Amino acid sequence: MRHGKWPLIVTFLVPPVLLYIVFVVSPYLQAFQISTTDWLGYSADANSVGLANFKTLWNDGYVWNALQNNAILLALVPVLTIVLGLFFATMLAMGGRKGRAGVTGVRGGALYRTVYFFPQVLSVVIIALLWKEVYHPNQGLLTSGLHALGLPAPTWLGDPATAFWCVLAVMVWSNVGFYVVLFGAAMSAVPKEIYEAVLLDGASRFTTLRRVTLPLLWDTVQVAWVYLAIFALDGFILVQLMTNGGPNFSTDVIGVRMYDTAFGSETKFGYASAIGVVMFFLTLSVAALSLRVGRRDRIEYS
Amino acid sequence: MNRRDILRRSAAAGLLATPAAGLLTGCATGGGDDKSDANAYKGTKSEQNPLGVKEDAPLEVVIFGGGFGDEYAKAHETMYTERYPKATIKHSVTQEISKTLQPRFVDGTPPDVVNNSGTGQIDFNGLVSQNALADLGELLAAPSLDVPGKTVKDTLLPGAVEIGSYDGKFLVMNYTYTAYGIWHSSKLFTDRKWEYAKTWDDHIALCKQIKAAGIAPWTYAGIHPRYMSWPLISTAIKFGGPSVATALDNLEPNAWKSDAMKAAADAWHQIVKDKYILEGSPGLDHKQSQTAWCQGKAAFISCGSWLESEQKDVTPAGFNMTIAPTPSLGSGDKLPFEAIRGTAGEPFMVPAKARNVAGGLEYFRTMLSKKGAQDFTKKVASLTVVAGATEGVELPYGLSTVVKALDASGANGFNWVYNNFYRKLERNLVDAACGEFFSGRIGPADFLDQCQKGADSIAQDSSIKKFKRAA
Repeated sequence: MRHGKWPLIVTFLVPPVLLYIVFVVSPYLQAFQISTTDWLGYSADANSVGLANFKTLWNDGYVWNALQNNAILLALVPVLTIVLGLFFATMLAMGGRKGRAGVTGVRGGALYRTVYFFPQVLSVVIIALLWKEVYHPNQGLLTSGLHALGLPAPTWLGDPATAFWCVLAVMVWSNVGFYVVLFGAAMSAVPKEIYEAVLLDGASRFTTLRRVTLPLLWDTVQVAWVYLAIFALDGFILVQLMTNGGPNFSTDVIGVRMYDTAFGSETKFGYASAIGVVMFFLTLSVAALSLRVGRRDRIEYS
Repeated sequence: MNRRDILRRSAAAGLLATPAAGLLTGCATGGGDDKSDANAYKGTKSEQNPLGVKEDAPLEVVIFGGGFGDEYAKAHETMYTERYPKATIKHSVTQEISKTLQPRFVDGTPPDVVNNSGTGQIDFNGLVSQNALADLGELLAAPSLDVPGKTVKDTLLPGAVEIGSYDGKFLVMNYTYTAYGIWHSSKLFTDRKWEYAKTWDDHIALCKQIKAAGIAPWTYAGIHPRYMSWPLISTAIKFGGPSVATALDNLEPNAWKSDAMKAAADAWHQIVKDKYILEGSPGLDHKQSQTAWCQGKAAFISCGSWLESEQKDVTPAGFNMTIAPTPSLGSGDKLPFEAIRGTAGEPFMVPAKARNVAGGLEYFRTMLSKKGAQDFTKKVASLTVVAGATEGVELPYGLSTVVKALDASGANGFNWVYNNFYRKLERNLVDAACGEFFSGRIGPADFLDQCQKGADSIAQDSSIKKFKRAA
């Protein structure tokens, strides 16, 4: 078979690698090059300006404001999503106990599983529009609900004090379902005997989750963490459609800043590329960091 | 859909389209240089054909798919092909002008006519500073298509050329004529025996009366609060004279903190302080607030004269929307109450590198013919920059009030253009400040401070080309 190896490698590896280079690597490289120019995007002329764009960026209050929002998202979205996802998945897999031996989920688990997965079926655009109506300050579900209870309601997306948290809630809501399924699948791979043993030892549900489930699911949680961290650094579609960064830049994120600089209120493609380059390194370091920090020994069932 | 999906799909598309190696060399900024001249379609100029259109040259028209739709453009295209039967017209509609056309500008193969409008509009400052637009001067000097003895320029309303001119060159043809004012329902006002107030004190008194009747006096587009900057700046200009506007446009130091602007901001703060604004307005977008207004939940709203066609589907019969100028601050106002902001809007342009520049100009000449303009007004209920084009056209109620208001305003009409010069200043910076101000989170002094800071940041940004206009 030795002589047959190369044709195989070439046919199966070269086309994807080429495509990867053309559609992923080369745009990245170009972005690096463009970020050192003053290109305005509508002609072929661009002058090299060295690192001037990055210098401007360092002093750009709007960029820092957006980064700060991303940092809050980064701190909260993964934690909230994973905690909720783990909680729901645990309840579905082993929430029901009712004094009997054995490990069962809560009643109606299949229904819950479907409901949790709903947001995953919708496109992000639909989710954004849906929630925009839920947050409608006069006729929205939330306002009407609060008013029905005789409580005052904020203007949700119209108030800088609440808008950011409203968007954050939607981010968590739209992600949780997927991780419920992901964690659920990982849990079903854990041998039942382990849980039965834990049960016999009389561990509470919370202890089971913390001491047994979580360590056994660590690989999955880590992957979830990286995905969610990258999502939190982006968040572009939801923010752009729901608030476009407003009111008064309170929900601005770095992706919206980049888009606005190139396609929105200005045509500074050079500067926008510089923002993109910064985003690239931020995402890369966040991913690397969370993989490194979360490194643990792998457990294999025999 | 996530990033991975997009990449996957584009990868698949690329596989089908072109050999990959060729793509590698064609990077984003590498595209077309000066091949345009050799490729340009040119015909011979004659009396019949003053712009030198090549009869059989194809013409590509890109229309913004907004409130006006694109039926009107199809009619203009038919008029064009009636005169040049050998020409084929490629017509397309998009809401995302900048995203769709940016690569084609870079590549040097832009369409011949672009209706650069909407939220996806390309910033004109960027286009002008990159010389991406064709000079339309020749069009102005050409004879009108159906008004004998007059050039195209002679047929336009005053101000139509100035607004599209950058450093003295006419680059952007703004097709519609728009009035900006305060709207109310004549029906509601007649039913309740209210009368639109001509002075600010009376306006506040009226607001009090309206509120007592259980209706919110005001609502506004809280998601796009810049709509409220229009009546505020109008109030200031009427108080202090047109120089207030020139100062804003020319980014003069502390233009936003002039006495007139202070007086106007103080006055408008009253409707915030006294809670004359529909609760929840800061969370409404333009459609939602306009709909609340049409449903009678609020009495006043600030908008341009496109409001009537934008609200066509939700306006109750007999609503009778009426535009009115902003109330005068007092007897010391430099401009009379009737003065209203009127300006040409809905920009059309011919890219400098379009292959059929002459065809693009000729297309504009068709649009600006009396026939073309009348057809537009009939189809979309909006005025054009062509003088007298409303003759013989039956106007809907709201538009007829616009015509009356513009007539009454006459030579006292005013305008500002900083939003054209520096899109970011209005769309981002003044917008944000208005949001804070009209939701009551900041007072008038902080509001003007924030606007001034925005203007200063534009003035200090050496990468933005600056324009000046004469008083």
